[in-house]
Amino acid sequence: MIGSSLVPCGQFKTSYSEDTTLFLTPASRRFCIAAIVLAAAAPLVLGPYPLTLMIQIGFFAIAALGLNILVGSTGQISLGHAAFFGFGAFASAWLNSTVGVPVLLAIPLAGLMTTLLGLLFGIPAGRLKGLYLAIATFASQYILEDFFARATWFTGGSSGAMAAPASLFGWELSGDRQYFYVVLVFLVVMFVLGANLLRTRDGRAFVAVRDHYLSAEVMGVNLTRYRILSFGISSFYAGIGGALYGHYLGYVSAEGFTILQSIQFLGMIIIGGLGSVTGTLMGTCFMVLLPEVTEGAVSLIKQVVGDVPGLTGALAYIKEAAIGLAIVLFLIFEPDGLVHRWRTIKSYWKLYPFSY
Amino acid sequence: MSRDPSIVPDRHPVLEVRDVSLGFGGVRALTGVSFSVAKGELFSIIGPNGAGKTSMLNCISGRYRPSSGQILLDGSDVTGLSPNRRATLGLGRTFQNLALFGHMSVQDNIMVGRHHLLKNNALTGALYWLGARREELAHRRVVEEIIDFLEIAPIRKAQAGTLSYGLRKRVELARAMAVSPKVILLDEPMAGMNLEEKEDMARFIVDLNEEWGMTVVMIEHDMGVVMDISHRVMVLEFGCKIALGLPEEVMANDRVKVAYLGIDEDEQVA
Ligand SMILES: Nc1ncnc2c1ncn2[C@@H]1O[C@H](COP(=O)(O)OP(=O)(O)O)[C@@H](O)[C@H]1O
Ligand SMILES: [Mg+2]
Repeated sequence: MIGSSLVPCGQFKTSYSEDTTLFLTPASRRFCIAAIVLAAAAPLVLGPYPLTLMIQIGFFAIAALGLNILVGSTGQISLGHAAFFGFGAFASAWLNSTVGVPVLLAIPLAGLMTTLLGLLFGIPAGRLKGLYLAIATFASQYILEDFFARATWFTGGSSGAMAAPASLFGWELSGDRQYFYVVLVFLVVMFVLGANLLRTRDGRAFVAVRDHYLSAEVMGVNLTRYRILSFGISSFYAGIGGALYGHYLGYVSAEGFTILQSIQFLGMIIIGGLGSVTGTLMGTCFMVLLPEVTEGAVSLIKQVVGDVPGLTGALAYIKEAAIGLAIVLFLIFEPDGLVHRWRTIKSYWKLYPFSY
Repeated sequence: MSRDPSIVPDRHPVLEVRDVSLGFGGVRALTGVSFSVAKGELFSIIGPNGAGKTSMLNCISGRYRPSSGQILLDGSDVTGLSPNRRATLGLGRTFQNLALFGHMSVQDNIMVGRHHLLKNNALTGALYWLGARREELAHRRVVEEIIDFLEIAPIRKAQAGTLSYGLRKRVELARAMAVSPKVILLDEPMAGMNLEEKEDMARFIVDLNEEWGMTVVMIEHDMGVVMDISHRVMVLEFGCKIALGLPEEVMANDRVKVAYLGIDEDEQVA
């Protein structure tokens, strides 16, 4: 959406269907397919730790895309996304262990359950704006955290819930290598669905509500309905991401789904680019890899300078501070996110060497 | 020179405003205004700044709820309906201050106008190839016709917020046309434009009315244009209707001369 004016020159479309493809240019289509193929080959070459990181990027990116549809495209705000992510994790574990639904079916069903929950919370939230909305979603974070602690039948309470590994036709997909492909398939499907949504009627209505709600209403868009719907869709993505997370860890405990995680989700979409599908993935990569890079930098300092007293002990704080710092720096210097930088670089090279 | 219509105003009113009053605290923005607009008519509302013209359009489009009176669209009472319901029933409008979706492309802005006519939803939209594709393309064709008519093809991919003022006004007209409304409300479509842009816009509005058969209600300050292209003109002053009739009748009205055109009768005599 944002930056759609940066279509490379020399692109001429001769039919409407050609003009409404998922990708702006054939080049970006090829790039995307190549990226998927490369990702599919990753488990064959990557070591276990990088693979873990890629799996994390996968389920976080799915959840972050939901938040980006809500915040970036519809212009709402949510400080409770991690709680919906957590609800999806618990719901899928519960569906599998208590109801007996196979994991690969439990994951989308958990997404639907989380959608219903999101719609429920969206009904009051859809009528609020600005600070009031922020506070209402903040409240939903704590209401759900409290629910996780109390609803022992659903979450196992303080001892948490076990989440069985996925299996397909009796073949257990438990190792990281197998599970990577499960996450990759969900990631691709969810991103294609999201991109399609944003180029059709309801996706345009979301952006219209964000850009100018009064004229959206005059164009026939029911504002409350679309704000609530956006909460529902955002929760669907959160639920699927959370479910994938739960079955990956094998164990779901309420501790992971705090306000801090909600803010990290916001960080992902701010850094990646509000309202951008591609940007969501970039921002998630950034957020997942930043602590690793920070750790690398700290150990480099230790090698060069020697062990500064307290540095190792402070590592956990440094990692968190780096996330906060990154969000602030992006808000100041690159408010359109990584995706904007990426487009600028692309259009620079398109015209190279006549770049001015 | 006014166009001489064979339109009979009160026989097929597509829009009827009955005794509408509107107040903001102590300020009376509108006092008992009534008029009706016939199918196919180009109806103008004029009056000094603050006369209540925009408030009138806001009452019609549902932004404001009149404190008394009724609004009928194509015979049915819409007074209590929300703006989005009225769009569905066939009301399109543009705004005095620009109100485009700034980050969307021109084309997508206009597609939003098709919102109430499109049937696809979040699910069929997400499943694009199995769902929304055919319908989206059909409506793109309609949008493309509007784009051609308003001569904005070269900017269809541009981000709306980056366009010049005159072009943005034109895109707003396109978006309102895309609603396929029974009545289109234009709030100062030529304000702030240069002469050339004004001439283009006047031509578009006349063609819209004559070739597309659209019923137009327009607020405009440029008296030359108003008298030239309108079938009938209504004059508002301090929220009251002081004249309504053919352009030449309105021009000849003494109260209008005093109130709006700033011509003092005594001065004229002297
Ligand atoms: N939302 C509002 N709140 C308070 N007063 C308003 C509002 N809208 C319009 N008015 C008042 O109503 C009167 C008519 O305004 P308006 O309809 O904008 O006039 P026009 O379009 O003819 O210039 C003005 O006195 C204006 O101050
Ligand atoms: Mg006005």
